[in-house]
Amino acid sequence: MLHRLSLRFRKEWLYLLMLLPGVVLTAIFSYGPLYGIIMAFQDFNPALGFAGSKWVGMDNFKLIFSQPSFLSTIYNTFFISIFKIIFGTLASVVFALQLNEIRQNGPKRIYQTIVYIPNFISWVIMAGILTDILGSNGIVNEVIMALGAKPVQFISNRSVFPWTLIFSDVWKTFGFGTVVYLATMTSIDPELYESAVIDGAGRWRQTWSITLPMLVPIIILMTVLALGNVLSAGFDQVYNLYSPVVYPTGDIIDTYVYRLGLQNGKFAIGTAVGLFKSLVSSVLISASLIIAYKTAGYKVF
Amino acid sequence: MHFRTRGQKIFNVVNYILVTLVCLSCLLPIINTLAISFSAPSYVAAGQVYFWPLGFTTQSYEFAISNGKFFRAFGIAIERCVLGVSINLLMMITTAYPLSKSKDKFPSRNFFMGFYVFTMLFGGGLVPWYILMRNLGLLNSIWALVLPLSVPVSSMAILMNFMRSLPQEIEEAAAIDGAGNFRILWSIMLPVLTPSLATVGLFSFVYHWNDWFQGALFMNNPNRYPLQTYLQTLLTNFRDLLRQSGSDYYSLLQRMNEQTGRASQLFLGLVPILVVYPFVQKYFTTGLVMGSVKG
Repeated sequence: MLHRLSLRFRKEWLYLLMLLPGVVLTAIFSYGPLYGIIMAFQDFNPALGFAGSKWVGMDNFKLIFSQPSFLSTIYNTFFISIFKIIFGTLASVVFALQLNEIRQNGPKRIYQTIVYIPNFISWVIMAGILTDILGSNGIVNEVIMALGAKPVQFISNRSVFPWTLIFSDVWKTFGFGTVVYLATMTSIDPELYESAVIDGAGRWRQTWSITLPMLVPIIILMTVLALGNVLSAGFDQVYNLYSPVVYPTGDIIDTYVYRLGLQNGKFAIGTAVGLFKSLVSSVLISASLIIAYKTAGYKVF
Repeated sequence: MHFRTRGQKIFNVVNYILVTLVCLSCLLPIINTLAISFSAPSYVAAGQVYFWPLGFTTQSYEFAISNGKFFRAFGIAIERCVLGVSINLLMMITTAYPLSKSKDKFPSRNFFMGFYVFTMLFGGGLVPWYILMRNLGLLNSIWALVLPLSVPVSSMAILMNFMRSLPQEIEEAAAIDGAGNFRILWSIMLPVLTPSLATVGLFSFVYHWNDWFQGALFMNNPNRYPLQTYLQTLLTNFRDLLRQSGSDYYSLLQRMNEQTGRASQLFLGLVPILVVYPFVQKYFTTGLVMGSVKG
């Protein structure tokens, strides 16, 4: 037994040595916070610490679920996330199909490069830019007024704000999907198209009967993976664009936790909401990974 | 090769126009910000600046550069990127290489893989994270910005999948020639890995450059803010200024200068991303698609 272990160690020790620094850092910074979860079941007082604070069982959870403001953040989170996924997928697929129709490789690559740029711009900078162009005397409203319509309060109107979030996110991130879908399209066997042409299929027909069906598995895969993260509706974006006026429709779980838990110092409540989100998310992400594996053979590890 | 009817020609023209419009929508906001930053404040306030500066002036840039806060934050962001990207790359390579081994060669592989996958699925949440960093005494330290996410698991998985896709024979041949694991990793694997290293390196750089939240969370002292966190405070200040919206001459003037000044600082914050992007872009599609989307 001991001999076997030492043999195994002799085989493995170099790999273990390589893994060591990463494992130590991950243990401290990713597993370390798990200990703090006990705050969710305490009336946590920083001065008394984990050991000294009073246990309150499920009281924190009872409290948050009785708050209308919390229930509306759950609704907002789902609403914003789901429409981001729907319109984001649609935009990426349509744009990839459009680029696929461009036969010259030069322009195609340039277009692809351009639409991918906004992905790399931080939400802080993007929010700054959006505040300028979507403001009441920003460019977008000048165009709207030039067309004879009334200016739209994109940032401060309660019923418009969620759509501002959804469409600005779609606009910022669709380039990523485009790159993925376009890569899939270029890997489709050209013979399929050639034989379709012989059968007299035009371009629409080819797109409809060959390209789209070949894309379906990857569309499903990307959607399933996105659904796993449905509870993360985009903290950076929302936090940098919202204001108290639009909390009823724009506040999401993550911004709620930050505001309540850290800015207002309600550690225990913030931890409870965070734990609730973590638990539901872990189920959703696991499910999405399992579905992705079963349907598309996608493996992270 | 393609038989072109008139309908197809019209389609192509319409298609080109639509695609170009979409691309413009991605570029024009940035150009607008650039134009504002080089314009005289009075034109900006009058809403006359679109995609070309009016009353060209570099005043706001001079102000930004002479502004100690901006420069300090810029420096901290660079320090963070150098440290953060180095740590990330080192950790990803040393983690991905053992994990790319089969269970035969590395029996504990699945245990460690599970150890990392768990961090993708479940976390303690924001508040416990903050409390931990406070208890470790890392608040206001640059290490609070670079140590916590030192092994980015999804990027590491891209690298690992890429290593697995390499033919085993190369490594076996090297091993027969007497090369040890470190030699194999250093002189055989790394050169082949350049495209995927560029990809995950870019991800890491973009993350560290763009992240403002860790700065806001762990830095109590505004003098320790990295650039994006500093820019975030500018944004908040500007909003407050708009909300107060005094109509006297002084507050109008302040608001005007604020807008051009902010635009120039936003643009300077974008420059590193725009500089790095084209260089790494050529590796990007290959590295990303090969690693993440398999099958």
